[in-house]
Amino acid sequence: MKWTFFHKLGSPKWFFDISGKFLPWFVVLGISLLVIGSIWGLAFAPKDYQQGDSFRIIYLHVPSAILAQSCYMMMAVSAIVSLVWKMKLADVFIASAAPLGALFTFLALFTGAVWGKPTWGTWWVWDARLTAMLVLLFLYFGVISLQSAIEDTQIASKATSILVLVGIVNIPIIKYSVDWWNTLHQPATFKLTEKPAMVPEMWIPLLVMVVGIYCFFTALVILRMRNDILIRERKTKWVKALLHF
Amino acid sequence: MQFTNIDAFLSMGGHGLYVWLSYGVGLLVFIIAFMSPVLKKKRIIKELSQLQRRQSKHKMKDNTEGIN
Amino acid sequence: MLRLQKYSMNNSAVDSNSLGKVLKSVCVREYLCASRYRQAFINPLVFFAIIIALFPLGVSPEPEFLSAASVGVVWVAALLSSMLSLDNLFMKDYDDGSLEQLVLSSQPLYLIMLIKSFVHWTLTGLPLIIISPLLAMMLYLDLEQLPVLLLTLIMGTPVINLIGGIGAALTVSLRSSGVLVSLLVLPLTIPVLIFATGAVQASIDGASINGYIAILGILLMLSITLAPFATSAAIKLSVSN
Repeated sequence: MKWTFFHKLGSPKWFFDISGKFLPWFVVLGISLLVIGSIWGLAFAPKDYQQGDSFRIIYLHVPSAILAQSCYMMMAVSAIVSLVWKMKLADVFIASAAPLGALFTFLALFTGAVWGKPTWGTWWVWDARLTAMLVLLFLYFGVISLQSAIEDTQIASKATSILVLVGIVNIPIIKYSVDWWNTLHQPATFKLTEKPAMVPEMWIPLLVMVVGIYCFFTALVILRMRNDILIRERKTKWVKALLHF
Repeated sequence: MQFTNIDAFLSMGGHGLYVWLSYGVGLLVFIIAFMSPVLKKKRIIKELSQLQRRQSKHKMKDNTEGIN
Repeated sequence: MLRLQKYSMNNSAVDSNSLGKVLKSVCVREYLCASRYRQAFINPLVFFAIIIALFPLGVSPEPEFLSAASVGVVWVAALLSSMLSLDNLFMKDYDDGSLEQLVLSSQPLYLIMLIKSFVHWTLTGLPLIIISPLLAMMLYLDLEQLPVLLLTLIMGTPVINLIGGIGAALTVSLRSSGVLVSLLVLPLTIPVLIFATGAVQASIDGASINGYIAILGILLMLSITLAPFATSAAIKLSVSN
């Protein structure tokens, strides 16, 4: 196997060119899947026998929660790539993905809270999942503020990579401790997402939403990365040529 | 279709407020997330090309001064 | 810079026993510096006492409520006040350039960071542990639970210092890093808080605390082995600009 593609990936110019071609596809695919998934989930999926129609929030809550968590994983992989192979693009990815991760974590928290109102009777419950998401939001805020606090973008990126790696080592411990803390303080309550065997009519739209949100996220990351590349590489010839045209 | 008419669809079996609040905020988040980089790109291109124009003017000036 | 590095390398080649010397001199220097800036280490302690005094004033002075909340209040106050003292860890060394010398020395930065962290703990964590029984009693903590609280503090505060060291190292090159360090570090210290307060709660309920203490021990061992790596990587980065 040739590793040339790996080295090509490190070149911001190559990424800028190739991502421009893929971008419209991800935008169209993401938006259409999200529209189809939500109409399907809102209007056609059968309602939950226990929770009624408030259960339809799942089609927004679960995909954004999954994305929020895996976004941090992707950032951790990029952090390793950035620290080991000193690849510029990995730095750009972390800087671009962190605000999106925070945004989707917020969305997952918000929809969780709104879902909690009809299900538990209160807007906020110190449920293990919600609390873990809240901590994840704080971790994203830390990454974002460290990235913006250090003026030199190169050093800021390296510092952020170290922080992301420290965070990823801690996340399983935090998750475990919060789960454990939750069982200590309140007996297992009604879980939001642990459902007794969903029927296909219920989970197929969920799957559509998950795939859709990943495509949409990819499009957003590409958009943000292209912006970031333009700023970081503003002194190179190819960006100057691009601006002249 | 799970709902017989549009009113039933909007009320969501009494949970309309929660469902539509979630999806409304979700839509807002998606729109913000999409529009902010799109608008930012325009701003970046404008600023960078301005910067470049200014720099190339300086260079020309320097060159002419050098000739004189 | 290069010459310095060369010099220190040559030096270490001659003196194979220099690791112990370097560590010892780091230790001595830390204590000497601390004795010059005593106020910087006293302030977090006063802050600790003030937070604890605020709870009865802000919520309720009733003994029942206070004794139920005491463990959590003491622990949260300890966490917050150790965030305050994190600035002392590297700031002065960074300003006077001695941090650069430590990075350039041929000795493993991992051990130097570990020693620095330990010394810092004896200067900030230990005094905090010493005054905590007094404050816990003011919050009507059951005296029988006091040893458990102290044990969790002894095992937990080094973890906070070690994790805090990473945050301090990442932000040392910034002028105003006060809130940022807390923002970076506090979410990472949640497990310590949960298991430490859990241990005391279990002891109040009459359950066994072995499990909690074991987990706190794991956290301590993990942070001793891993945190100095991240700290030294961050220090190298901060010094390089």
